[in-house]
Amino acid sequence: MAEPTLRDGAARDAPSGLRDGTAEGPLARALDGLRAYRMISAMWIRSTMAYRASFAMTALGNFAATALDFVAILLMFSQVDALGGYRLAEVAFLYGAASTAFGLADLAIGSMDRLGRRVRDGTLDTLLVRPAPVLAQVAADQFALRRLGRVTQGLLILGYALFALDLAWTPLKVLLIPLMLVSGAGIFVAVFIAGAAFQFLAQDASEVQNAFTYGGNTLLQYPPTVFAKDLVRGATFLVPIAFVNWLPGLYVLGRPYPLALPTWAAFTPPLVAVACCALAGLAWRAGLRSYRSTGS
Amino acid sequence: MDSTSDSTSDSTRDSTSDITSDITRDITSDITRDIKDDPDADFIALDGVEKVFDVRKKTGFLRRERHQVRAVDGITFRVRRGEMVGYIGPNGAGKSTTIKMLTGILTPSGGQLRVAGIDPARERTRLARRIGVVFGQRTTLWWDLPLIDSYRLMHRMYRIPDRRYAENLDRCVQLLDLGALLDVPVRQLSLGQRMRGDIAAALLHDPEVLYLDEPTIGLDVVSKAKVRTFLRDLNTESGTTVLLTTHDLTDIEQLCRRVMVIDHGHLMYDGPLAGLHEVGESERTLVVDLERELPPLEVESARVVKVEGPRQWLAFPAAASAAPLVAAVAARYPLVDLSVREPDIEAVIAKMYADRVTS
Amino acid sequence: MCVRSGRFRLYAAVAGGSFRRYATYRIATLAGVFTNTVFGVILTYTYIALWDEKPGLGGYDQAQALTYVWIGQALLTTVAVMGGGFEDELMARIRTGDIAIDLYRPADLQAWWLAGDLGRGAFQLLARGVAPMAFGGLFFSLALPGDALTWLAAAVAVLLGVLVSFALRFLVALSAFWLIDGAGVAQIAWLASMFFSGMLLPLNVFPGALGEIARALPWSALMQVPADVFLGKRTGMDLLATYAFQAGWAAVLLAGGRLLQSVATRRVVVQGG
Repeated sequence: MAEPTLRDGAARDAPSGLRDGTAEGPLARALDGLRAYRMISAMWIRSTMAYRASFAMTALGNFAATALDFVAILLMFSQVDALGGYRLAEVAFLYGAASTAFGLADLAIGSMDRLGRRVRDGTLDTLLVRPAPVLAQVAADQFALRRLGRVTQGLLILGYALFALDLAWTPLKVLLIPLMLVSGAGIFVAVFIAGAAFQFLAQDASEVQNAFTYGGNTLLQYPPTVFAKDLVRGATFLVPIAFVNWLPGLYVLGRPYPLALPTWAAFTPPLVAVACCALAGLAWRAGLRSYRSTGS
Repeated sequence: MDSTSDSTSDSTRDSTSDITSDITRDITSDITRDIKDDPDADFIALDGVEKVFDVRKKTGFLRRERHQVRAVDGITFRVRRGEMVGYIGPNGAGKSTTIKMLTGILTPSGGQLRVAGIDPARERTRLARRIGVVFGQRTTLWWDLPLIDSYRLMHRMYRIPDRRYAENLDRCVQLLDLGALLDVPVRQLSLGQRMRGDIAAALLHDPEVLYLDEPTIGLDVVSKAKVRTFLRDLNTESGTTVLLTTHDLTDIEQLCRRVMVIDHGHLMYDGPLAGLHEVGESERTLVVDLERELPPLEVESARVVKVEGPRQWLAFPAAASAAPLVAAVAARYPLVDLSVREPDIEAVIAKMYADRVTS
Repeated sequence: MCVRSGRFRLYAAVAGGSFRRYATYRIATLAGVFTNTVFGVILTYTYIALWDEKPGLGGYDQAQALTYVWIGQALLTTVAVMGGGFEDELMARIRTGDIAIDLYRPADLQAWWLAGDLGRGAFQLLARGVAPMAFGGLFFSLALPGDALTWLAAAVAVLLGVLVSFALRFLVALSAFWLIDGAGVAQIAWLASMFFSGMLLPLNVFPGALGEIARALPWSALMQVPADVFLGKRTGMDLLATYAFQAGWAAVLLAGGRLLQSVATRRVVVQGG
């Protein structure tokens, strides 16, 4: 009968699994990050599913809470027939697209707004000593499946709009719909990451992020004709969330965009999303570097 | 690149040794001489490591003043593979900053630093697979999830081979008494239970170095004993290098043959614990509760340092036995209760300072 | 008499402490002001579109409608439309059992938390209300009241609004005595508050019976009523009736909270904490 001993002399001949598998190069790092993200979020999903009833309730709550925006639009349309020249089905189309794209991003990395708190209470350090990219760990933390409520709500309204709209469909327009949703989610992901990177500088300023995430989502739920040109310009060129649904959406609806942009701009959201994510990634790296040199 | 960083670290080392006390320099150079050609000797190697923070202090409603704080100010030491070293100092001395640089969390502002041949700041994730870290104040476990879920995640994240994981987990569960806790969410664990859970989590991937930042802080006596026994066995049986910071001198007494003292970012002492007591000529404290309030007691070989109602604090040399003192007090005064307090690190270091100023 | 003034001083101290506690989060407050302002701008344009389409909707002209937007942003945190005041802390104390300590304090539980919430409300109004309102006034044409009396009347309505808001949230928090997971109740309360306070859209714009019901419910005391007072829609006897409406709901809900509190207290005492 052997006493339990600790890891008999394993220090020198550490198992090969520990030596390899180290990410080198940006691609390998990205894959490593995705792997960590998948593992952590899977664990959260499993733990959520242990309490199915509670999950159903919170998902329903998320659904109802996010549907309030649309209730406001319905109330408006109970009084008027058009808003900014757009009819209900058209507004619903824009709303559904924005809400789905935002919902997907929120589902994927909505917990990133807790970064400031992690910096403040020092728990970010515990992520830095693990062999996985910090961004992936922060993004997957507290992965909340209940946020499917918003995605569901967005898709339902988008479905209603597609049913109610009488559009001249072309293959290009059909293709543009899924492209719009995925790229839109990508753009919002970039906004979330950039917001988190900003929290490295100002830990208490997580609300600033809300102005761009939730605020951006609210903006996009209405047609661009409602807003002042300068605001539309800002949302197109400065923080390019207009590429989430306004540009591709107005092409599908056959409406002119209020700014003078070429028609092909409606098909650029994937490029914009990639560029935004790259910039946000750089901002994140700068933020993390500053954290590691200042410790706060 | 290499040559420049070498020359900077050399110059820093020179300037540091001026500042560092004589004792430190002697001991450090002794150690370095002994172990020159042994690769294991430089397992953890710091040369003139510095960390400077820019601190903005509020001076008015919106006015802020910037100034620099040298949290770690040119530290040089070596830790041999398999050593168990205590790293102590008062709050804000630079202990945690050093640990954070050793783990790659913080990037040093100057000097050179290697752990198992790796530069922690540049290859943080690669190093992460070879080290284990336990922060006494915050957990590395997932707060809302059962303990076992954290371990499962470590298993996959560190790519620990299945058999290895099962064996290590079994051992940790047995030795740290975790069996009943595996399905409990971490937030429901007591501090002692959580600490044991954290230590196990840091060891599942067979780290070559284990850093412990205040591993016994806030623990009850039983938990402390459990943690200490475990760490001692870990070090002797598997040769894991251990570096621990602590406020509790008993931790050091029971675990480490070598202790390093840091204060104001400087290494003040590096050597055996016994030597530290000598250096500090520290004092123990006898706390006596008397029947009533009395003027400060008069006893040989001790002096009253504090009076609070019927309770008095008497300081006496740490090397002396308490028995004759207790006898002397009991013979002359109406004694109700008494206890002896060991010198704490702050006191020892304060004494070191006093000695340095006078000599 | 002496006891009463001592009590008053205690609650004033609690309120002051709460005010200062919120005041320490300076960056967070600035961030909040920024976000309130961004939302105010977005909503302003949607209201302009709506009132362009149907001038005089809900009895407001466009300037009044836009003023309503900025009152909404100013009051959002003051009357805690979305929660986020004392109730999370109180629920946590109930769940951990720390509430037993509170019950043995020489202060009344409800009054204690109310004092704290008033301090919070005062800070939020000053810090997060004034700046967005000033921004709105600078960049859009708003219908700000010209006479000091209307401002004063509105301030009273806001105070009563905070009272009603507190009473509602106190009830929500106490539900934690009976429910293991109060998240569901909090969620429903949040929804009701967002929808029926007039935060989404003025209740005057709600169609038919829905509007009638919404205007009679307590949540309208949080935002719709103070906004109407501010816009000069309630004067003279009408103003008094409005105050009576708010105060009535406050009294009923506070009494409900008191009843619930005494039942809960007995429970805690019986179970020994």
